[in-house]
Amino acid sequence: MVIYGVALLAGCMLVGLIIGDVLGQLLGIDANLGGVGIAMLLLIFVTGFLKDHGKLPESTESGINFWNAMYIPIVVAMAASQNVAAAFSGGMVSILAGVLAVVLGLALVPVLTGKKVGDDAKPLDASSTSHAPGGH
Amino acid sequence: MNDSIVSLVDKYHLIAAFAVVGLTMYVAYWLSQHLTAGRLHGSAIAIVIGLILAYVGGVSTGGTKGLADVTLFSGLGLMGGGMLRDLAIIATAYGVRFQEIKKAGLRGVIALFAGVLVSFIAGAAVAAGFGYTDPVDITTIAAGAVTYIVGPVTGATLGASSEVIALSIAAGLVKSILTMIATPMTARLIGLDNPRSAMIFGGMIGTTSGVAAGLAATDARLVPYGAMTATFYTGLGILLAPTVLFLAVRAIF
Repeated sequence: MVIYGVALLAGCMLVGLIIGDVLGQLLGIDANLGGVGIAMLLLIFVTGFLKDHGKLPESTESGINFWNAMYIPIVVAMAASQNVAAAFSGGMVSILAGVLAVVLGLALVPVLTGKKVGDDAKPLDASSTSHAPGGH
Repeated sequence: MNDSIVSLVDKYHLIAAFAVVGLTMYVAYWLSQHLTAGRLHGSAIAIVIGLILAYVGGVSTGGTKGLADVTLFSGLGLMGGGMLRDLAIIATAYGVRFQEIKKAGLRGVIALFAGVLVSFIAGAAVAAGFGYTDPVDITTIAAGAVTYIVGPVTGATLGASSEVIALSIAAGLVKSILTMIATPMTARLIGLDNPRSAMIFGGMIGTTSGVAAGLAATDARLVPYGAMTATFYTGLGILLAPTVLFLAVRAIF
């Protein structure tokens, strides 16, 4: 049933967020430390396990894939509800600080990526596993 | 008649948001195909349209949630809010092979620390350049350049003034919005086309909304990798900024 997939996704999210919250509290910070990332790892492991045991029928998958495909529309809604006006009202200090952080951050991506050896550094189009969320 | 339509749309705000976003996507993908021959991604155009609408909404209402502050479009706040956004981000991890994440894992962690540090230094340098000398002010603005959540949390911890906290939030917003626009434009230049560089990108930039939208506009298949590291970024920033990084700033200024 489709709801099994949605519930599995929701369960992974809740467990991940709880772990992230506990991690934050252990470190004494008022934030969730990587809850979403932990939930992603959980989803990868749990669905991998279920698939290996033949316990992940197509209808269950479609419950996860629906939210996967809704990702870009949700991001568009997120963009439309950003506080863009405040970003421009902060003055030059804020604008320059933000711009410099992005420019330096982007510039360092190729430095840290290093030479393109290994499967994980192959362009996705070249690899055989084409996994396309977002549906486009 | 008009009033009853407005109140109906307001009552079913999430449904209205689905329709509005669907229409925006249709227009964006149409523009992508017919005006740019597919060179500019439809999702990138949709995100830019979203940002323009958010600016118009914010200026006309004076609110903080962009177009979602306009009564007719209030559902956008729920649809694009943290809850559904995180659910959709997690869903993108479905089908990802753990091997790829593991291989880039160490570089991702390095990128996380480097990303927080580089953004913080950029923010601190700009603040100092504009004549700020109080370590609390410099740290708060610098923390804002990390993300718009790290900024105010750090400012509140250190007891910064509300004007400086507002500046730090604005710096974080500029970073997030610029990331959404600049990522698809620079993706080729920085080699952002594989899981490894996506994980490093997520760690270097870190601001969740910026990374989420930037990768969506570049290649949605990269989203899970970038989001995986970015999700640790704000927490790490909140951990480092008011503590180690503040002490470093105080030692210098």
